[in-house]
Amino acid sequence: MQLSEQLAQYLLSGLSTGAIYALIGFGFAIIYNTTSIINFAQGEFVMLGGMISVYFLSVLKFPLPLAILAAISIATATGAIFERLAIRPLKQATHLNLIIITIGGSILIRGLAMLLWGKDTHAMPTFSGNEPLNLAGATILPQNLWIFGITLMIIIGNKLFFNYSITGKAMRACACNRTAASLVGIDVRRMVLFSFVISSALGSMAGIIIAPLTMTSYDVGIMLGLKGFCAAIIGGMSSGFGTVVGGLLLGILESFGAGLISSGYKDAIAFIILLLILFIRPQGLFKKAETERV
Amino acid sequence: MQNNFLRTLLIFLLIALSAGTVMAAQPLKIGALFAITGQASFLGEPERNTAQMVVDEINKAGGVKGHMLELVVYDTQGDATKAVQAATRLIKEDKVVAIIGPSTTGDTMAVIPIIEKAQIPLISCAAGIKITEPVKKWVFKTAQNDSLAVARIYEYLKKQKTKRIAILTVSDSFGSSGREQLKAQAAGFGIQIVNDDTYGPKDTDMTPQLTKIRGSQAQALICWGTNPGPAVIARNAKQLGLKLPLYMSHGVSSKKFIVLAGDTSEGIILPSGKVLVADLLPNSDKQKKSLLSFIKDYQNHYRAEGDHFGGHAWDAVMLIKGTIERGAYTPAAIRDQLEKTRHYAGIGGIFSYSPVDHSGLTKDAFVLVEIKKKDWVLVK
Repeated sequence: MQLSEQLAQYLLSGLSTGAIYALIGFGFAIIYNTTSIINFAQGEFVMLGGMISVYFLSVLKFPLPLAILAAISIATATGAIFERLAIRPLKQATHLNLIIITIGGSILIRGLAMLLWGKDTHAMPTFSGNEPLNLAGATILPQNLWIFGITLMIIIGNKLFFNYSITGKAMRACACNRTAASLVGIDVRRMVLFSFVISSALGSMAGIIIAPLTMTSYDVGIMLGLKGFCAAIIGGMSSGFGTVVGGLLLGILESFGAGLISSGYKDAIAFIILLLILFIRPQGLFKKAETERV
Repeated sequence: MQNNFLRTLLIFLLIALSAGTVMAAQPLKIGALFAITGQASFLGEPERNTAQMVVDEINKAGGVKGHMLELVVYDTQGDATKAVQAATRLIKEDKVVAIIGPSTTGDTMAVIPIIEKAQIPLISCAAGIKITEPVKKWVFKTAQNDSLAVARIYEYLKKQKTKRIAILTVSDSFGSSGREQLKAQAAGFGIQIVNDDTYGPKDTDMTPQLTKIRGSQAQALICWGTNPGPAVIARNAKQLGLKLPLYMSHGVSSKKFIVLAGDTSEGIILPSGKVLVADLLPNSDKQKKSLLSFIKDYQNHYRAEGDHFGGHAWDAVMLIKGTIERGAYTPAAIRDQLEKTRHYAGIGGIFSYSPVDHSGLTKDAFVLVEIKKKDWVLVK
């Protein structure tokens, strides 16, 4: 088999995983932009998406579209409840306190998932069949196409929402300057709630579309969350183009690294990239460095 | 005078009662270290269930030589540190006479120094050949050596005239032990390993490694790992259109693998203990009777299928029972009697221990099975 075909395969696999990282990264970026905190429970929403749909599919025997809808709704509700109970009540909390609370929240959600569904791995059926498709010498599954398609739709949706809708613009205003936003009449607390709602919806969607390929269990959130966080950092925590490129770059580099260098170091590659970015260009690849006037 | 009589009667009764309790033999405590929760729970849970079931049945039948057995189980969670802590507890606080388990090679290697120092016999349910090679005085195992599994697969490959293979092993103790065996035995069967790759236990995408294999000269792929990795590999292989015959290790010899891999499990060949195909064995097979009774018991007790892994615990408890029946009640005596065990037809195989062999099994402990229509079929 030609080297070019191998490289094409690495590229396609990498793009597919990268799209998932980008979706998860969006979740981090949106919450960070509205509240300046990193929500480390983001990975758990990804896990919830997959696990809840498996539950609805195999235990309650719902048809697939209904199970997906149910999973997204419940995960989104969890996100909203998390914000209400853990984030909003704290009026004097510093950013550090809130970040640690999100870590605690992620451990709680993971523990509940373990108690409810056990530690087993669960398989989920693909959306539209298992026959591989040929593309420039590489093969992908229909599920990969679903991943590309849904990620594209979400990117476009994000762009439209944040640039052309009042709520989106209000959320961007909160990101720029919270006090100024509230002075202009924006209900900042409601924007914070929205950001959690959108992030958990996106995260659970990511979990649902990847679960048929990678199977799901109570602890997939840890790694996925961290890699999504890497993607967001690479992209400079932007709610748009930057994070997408960050995620795709991460996926592709991982895939090439595992294929051409060594498969044992797959995870290490993601974290080495993160460290390099933090050392060399902490504002991400696409942002200009921020300076504060003293 | 009445008072005197009553007092004497009371003292007499007290002595009689205490003598009565001294007469009843002390229960013998057997410790158990299983990975009941965690990544290795597919090993530890059936093992714990089986061990408990066997001990309960022995006690219901009146114990062994008048002694009741008491099973003290601790969950290692598949974590070597917790295994060591639990082993220390079993030895120092519970004062057990023997320990069965742990479930994984990693946990076992971690507790070996402790039990060697405390001089308590250990019957491990893990497969790594390092556990009993070199032989350690107090360590035995009931799981078949992974070296035997490799030999079985290579034997079959040689018959199929396969010369070049690719191996894909998981980066934990089980996988690296398997990899060592695969590399060590290849030349002896005329097999050349053209691609040697690894994957992490929690990896969810093995398409890079499989892409490399697709581009190599390999005629077959051997994957060595435990769930869920091999299931991901089976799916990825189908996705990439990999036409190579796929061989797995005995680490996936449970129905769970078929559930996870779904349709992609069709045609996969792996070595397994005979328990998976017990009803397909000829009646002349010495193990068939124990196998069928194990399967029936487990089904009655737990309403689930007894599998290859639960069998390791069955063998461990029954072997200890055998030593007690031969008069051993102390750790040292149990160890000595274990070493004298010959031709015990258990679930994992026919065990014969000796001072130079603490694993007790030969190649015949494994059969080759193929997955056809989501069920196991014996490969001739």
